[in-house]
Amino acid sequence: MINLLKFKIIIFLFLFSSISFAAEKSPPLLKQDWSFQSFFGKFDRGSLQRGYQVYTEVCSSCHSMQYLSYRNLAEKGGPEFSLEQAKAIASNFEVTDGPNSDGEMFQRPAKLSDKFVMPYSNIEEAKLSNGGAYPPDMTVLLKARKGGADYIYSVLLGYEDPPEGMKLDDGVYYNKYMYGQKIKMPKQLYEDLVTYADGTPATPEQMAKDVTTFMAWTAEPKLEERHKFGFRVIIYLVILTILVYFSMKKIWSRIETKV
Amino acid sequence: MSSHEYTPKSKFGKWFNDRLPLLTLANHLTDYPTPKNLNYWWTFGGILTFCLITQIITGIVLGMHYIAHADLAFASVEHIMRDVNYGWLIRYVHANGASMFFLAVYIHIFRALYYGSYKSPREMIWIIGMLIYFLMMATAFLGYVLPWGQMSFWGATVITNLFSAIPLIGESITNWLWGGYSVDNPTLTRFFSLHYLFPFLILGLVILHIWALHVPGNNNPIGIDLKKPSKDTVPFHPYIVIKDLFALLIFLLVFAFFVFYSPNILGHSDNYIEANPLVTPAHIVPEWYLLPFYAILRSVPDKLLGVIAMFAAIFVLVILPWLDTSKVRSALFRPIYKQFYWFLVADVLILGYMGAMPAEGTYLLIARVATAYYFIHFLIILPMLGKKEKTLEVPLSLTEPVLGGSASTAMARDDLKLKSLG
Repeated sequence: MINLLKFKIIIFLFLFSSISFAAEKSPPLLKQDWSFQSFFGKFDRGSLQRGYQVYTEVCSSCHSMQYLSYRNLAEKGGPEFSLEQAKAIASNFEVTDGPNSDGEMFQRPAKLSDKFVMPYSNIEEAKLSNGGAYPPDMTVLLKARKGGADYIYSVLLGYEDPPEGMKLDDGVYYNKYMYGQKIKMPKQLYEDLVTYADGTPATPEQMAKDVTTFMAWTAEPKLEERHKFGFRVIIYLVILTILVYFSMKKIWSRIETKV
Repeated sequence: MSSHEYTPKSKFGKWFNDRLPLLTLANHLTDYPTPKNLNYWWTFGGILTFCLITQIITGIVLGMHYIAHADLAFASVEHIMRDVNYGWLIRYVHANGASMFFLAVYIHIFRALYYGSYKSPREMIWIIGMLIYFLMMATAFLGYVLPWGQMSFWGATVITNLFSAIPLIGESITNWLWGGYSVDNPTLTRFFSLHYLFPFLILGLVILHIWALHVPGNNNPIGIDLKKPSKDTVPFHPYIVIKDLFALLIFLLVFAFFVFYSPNILGHSDNYIEANPLVTPAHIVPEWYLLPFYAILRSVPDKLLGVIAMFAAIFVLVILPWLDTSKVRSALFRPIYKQFYWFLVADVLILGYMGAMPAEGTYLLIARVATAYYFIHFLIILPMLGKKEKTLEVPLSLTEPVLGGSASTAMARDDLKLKSLG
């Protein structure tokens, strides 16, 4: 028995001492205290609205939001623009509709029910305009990257001069948080790039935080509903569990076995 | 109570039951004598039934909104998450439900391993259980392909490519599975069709599993045969029903935590990138519950032998009742087996961890050692241990320690030993 125990310990030591964890080259991500991550987490409404502004004025010239509709901007749990504001936002964009009774396609201003207008008509056009790189759709991008919100935030602020000896091709930039440290998107966020309607100073950190919050919402539009619903479910389950526990005790007390 | 004694009270009940004995069945299920010493590890059968029903119901609803087409599948999942009423809830329950299903099934299987539930006369229950487990893995794999993300696509490519290792006909089989020359729309549509079919096969096997269970009755922590019904048993209803319900509620709390507070933690972030045949992800990893088998597959340098090893890892489980030669069921009375049991648990956990790591260097070495040990456990240790191990004295009944040993119980014990040897 004791020999066996020794044997067990030796095996374990052998196994775990020899594991060499591959060192990650990227530095640790910039951690932010995101309002939506906690148990009762909600989105910061102001941040979502500012984030939408950054997206429209900066990102949307290259990045699409293909699963988002203009009506979503006015929905509960999102930026919660008023219906009029959302309608006004939509009417700034032109969409192709049709065919009409003459059998022809026509342009009209976007309505609330329309999906966000795409910056390019197809992937090839997007690649051509961006030096061969395809700017990924941003709707669920935050969930599609390990590290989520912290990763997106860090990459937006992670531009630096490349370390000595590193040669970068034309149209490739150094970003210390990007996988492989190379990114084809140039640095976007500069001081006062946008003028926030609510007067918040537009520092790169502020803009990065706002647009990341916006992307967290586009990726998980039902997050607030989910947190609220989950809390109710858990309270319900806890109460039911307690009731069932005492019923069980009562039923099993008829015989002498403990449960 | 033996079921044939049951007669319904009402006239209509009697008329109905004479023609279709559903009431007799219901009576059998409620009265079914169950060992009263079952611990909470025995509640996972009920939990698994709940998991299967949940997966079927949420799956049917998802099927109403999902579109099985290579160009539309990914967008239709986003449509479910955004526009379908409570679509996010149904999808997250289904996706996390698969993980919870496997968590429960692994506990259920390891419980059977610890208490020797696979041994005579319960071999059929065990074999059907292994068939269910195998079908579960197939179903989960097929389901993971449906959202048509990067991991879906590349996971499907890796797994279907395994069949190409079969000599001579492998290539044709792979093309036949794909419905073309690569994973593409025909693959997706047939995977959807099969993913819809398999759960109902599982349901059928679950009924057989329970039927086979009700022939000898439950094993129990002591692992001895009990007289049924007797002082050692309780009727299934209400005793076991309420206990299973309590355990299920605790399980649901864990389930709810995943669904509502970390719905994506068990998935891979790459699956939120739409499938792209031109871009291969850096590491292709299956879902966590398949990782031990993935590690076994990759630890063998030859592709065909790797595939054989992976399927053999499941096959040794199927023939386990004949590999374990010990007549004593419960590990409580097998001091050495108990040690090896925990070795095996550690070994499978290590295999799972290595399955998630890149197959290179130290990781690969550890995976190889762990793979070898997995087979040594089942093919060498268990057959030998049954013959060599000095087991502890097994009580005769659950009440025996209270009554104390007498000459007659000692005789009865010898009698039992002879019977179990014969």
